[in-house]
Amino acid sequence: MDWFLQQTINGLGLGAIYALIALGYTMVYGVLRFINFAHSDVLMLGAFTGFYIAPRIEKIFGHQSVLGMIMVFILAAVVCACLGMLIERLAYRPLRNRPKLTVLITAIGVSLLIEFTAQHEKVFGAAPQPFPSLLKEHAIRFGNIVISSNDVVMVGITVVLLAGMWWIVQRTRIGTAMRAVSHNQQAALLMGVPVNLIISFTFGLGSALAAIAGLLYAIKAPGIEPLMGVQPGLRAFIAAVLGGIGNLPGAVLGGVLLGLLETFAGGIPGLSNYRDAIAFGILILILLVKPAGLLGRATIEKV
Amino acid sequence: MQFPGAKRWLLVGIALAILVSYFTPHFNRYYLGVVIDVGIAIILATSLNLINGHTGQFSLGHAGFMAVGGYFAAWISITAGAFASAVWFFPLALIAGGLLAAFVGLLVGVPSLRLRGDYLAIVTLGFGEIIRVVAQNTEAVGAASGMKGIPKLTTLGWTFGCAAITIYAITALVNSTYGRGFIAVHDDEIAAESNGVDTTRTKVTAFVTGAFFAGIAGGLYAHHKQFLSPTGFDWLKSIDIVVMVILGGMGRTVGVIAAAILLTLMPEFLRDFSDYRMILYALLIILLMLLRPAGLFAFNFKRRKKA
Repeated sequence: MDWFLQQTINGLGLGAIYALIALGYTMVYGVLRFINFAHSDVLMLGAFTGFYIAPRIEKIFGHQSVLGMIMVFILAAVVCACLGMLIERLAYRPLRNRPKLTVLITAIGVSLLIEFTAQHEKVFGAAPQPFPSLLKEHAIRFGNIVISSNDVVMVGITVVLLAGMWWIVQRTRIGTAMRAVSHNQQAALLMGVPVNLIISFTFGLGSALAAIAGLLYAIKAPGIEPLMGVQPGLRAFIAAVLGGIGNLPGAVLGGVLLGLLETFAGGIPGLSNYRDAIAFGILILILLVKPAGLLGRATIEKV
Repeated sequence: MQFPGAKRWLLVGIALAILVSYFTPHFNRYYLGVVIDVGIAIILATSLNLINGHTGQFSLGHAGFMAVGGYFAAWISITAGAFASAVWFFPLALIAGGLLAAFVGLLVGVPSLRLRGDYLAIVTLGFGEIIRVVAQNTEAVGAASGMKGIPKLTTLGWTFGCAAITIYAITALVNSTYGRGFIAVHDDEIAAESNGVDTTRTKVTAFVTGAFFAGIAGGLYAHHKQFLSPTGFDWLKSIDIVVMVILGGMGRTVGVIAAAILLTLMPEFLRDFSDYRMILYALLIILLMLLRPAGLFAFNFKRRKKA
């Protein structure tokens, strides 16, 4: 029972990160109907931004201070939001009216470009580097269960961000516009919604979430390297599709499910090597039963 | 696009491959290796072209089929090598590898080809990863450390003979009456369906055929490199093949072959810039999509507009 609870808590921590990344995938899919393969690399860039600015922030706000950590998060989010918008402007906007596959392949190209550039020794180098601890880690005990304070912070940040996202999408003017663009881009344009601006904003928001997820992931991971985004990116992507891509609560549900699944499978000896295969296997099974994902609504194609 | 005397060309191609193969001992081993790489790339690209180009589906798991064929053929060669000279088993091993890959293609294709576009890309990507993970954890094929001691049986003749057969078979299939179905599915799935084309069946046929030839390519690859590592079949390998198809122009057999040759030779020429090679490669993909989405060799402006 203790083992079960412990794994559940660990899984929730991991699932929270996946949920954040999955939100970025799902939002971009919502407005542009394509999978942004470069999303996982924005996550990596977020972690590296944190890596480079954290020592400087530390000088101003003091070692492992809460305010310093918040500053690092905000700065990394801003940097990545700008990067995300830049990628959209340069690579995806010129392809707006082309077939989806063209855009999909471009996204793969962008992803490879960022990965290989970052791996170059004059940029970040391929070797893993230790990530600075932004906050002092405590172990909180409940009987036999140990919760790391980092996990609590992580889940806390995720919940706050998810609530914020919900508020932005459901309660603000720009959120209404986002939903309009995702519902019917052409009609939104005719109603005077600045579609390009909204798409830029969506990319910015998604990339900011990816940056924060990258930082959270980096805090947990032993080190950061240019390919660190690939694994969590792939799983978050599965999570997004699992929950129904384009559907925000679906992304969160998928992320949490996948995080739990991964920790439980990782805890069972013999299964841990097959984690990726299991994740993909479940994805394929669910797509077969419900092609639109768990919470997605099936759309009928009209001629 | 009927091609006159296609059968004659097939025979000429095979004969030429076998003939040249007799002189290979005089060739530089390095160049010979590169030329065989080119031949394998041609098979892979042509077979993926059937799925991604002619039929218009988007498979990101071609390296997975290649892995299935490669591992199975290598396993047969090694097992059979204990009883008889493995040379005689080579064609058998190749075909068996191809058939297993085709069977796996059927298993994957039947359920997943009901999905479209991005979803299919994800499922095939995921499936490729599953194969890699399984290979990584199966002791019988060497697990993570790879499969060693595969006899070197792939020659120039085998490679280009297989390439000629692949090109012929796929071109003939697409140009047949049945093959019109592939093009119909590519052009408009709904219209094809309403005209009585069984779209799922057509897609599965394309998928299984493509997987079969990818399996053959895998077998040739295994007996060429004499070593198989699961990491060699990750999704980057699949993307390599996809890029060949795109560069050549989806559904243009000649262009795809040219692209396969070009992209296999490019890394050899860029050895001096190996630090920047992959960066250039990624830039190439992006620029290609922005500037020439119908492929590098597309000069048919009428069709380009439609794409």
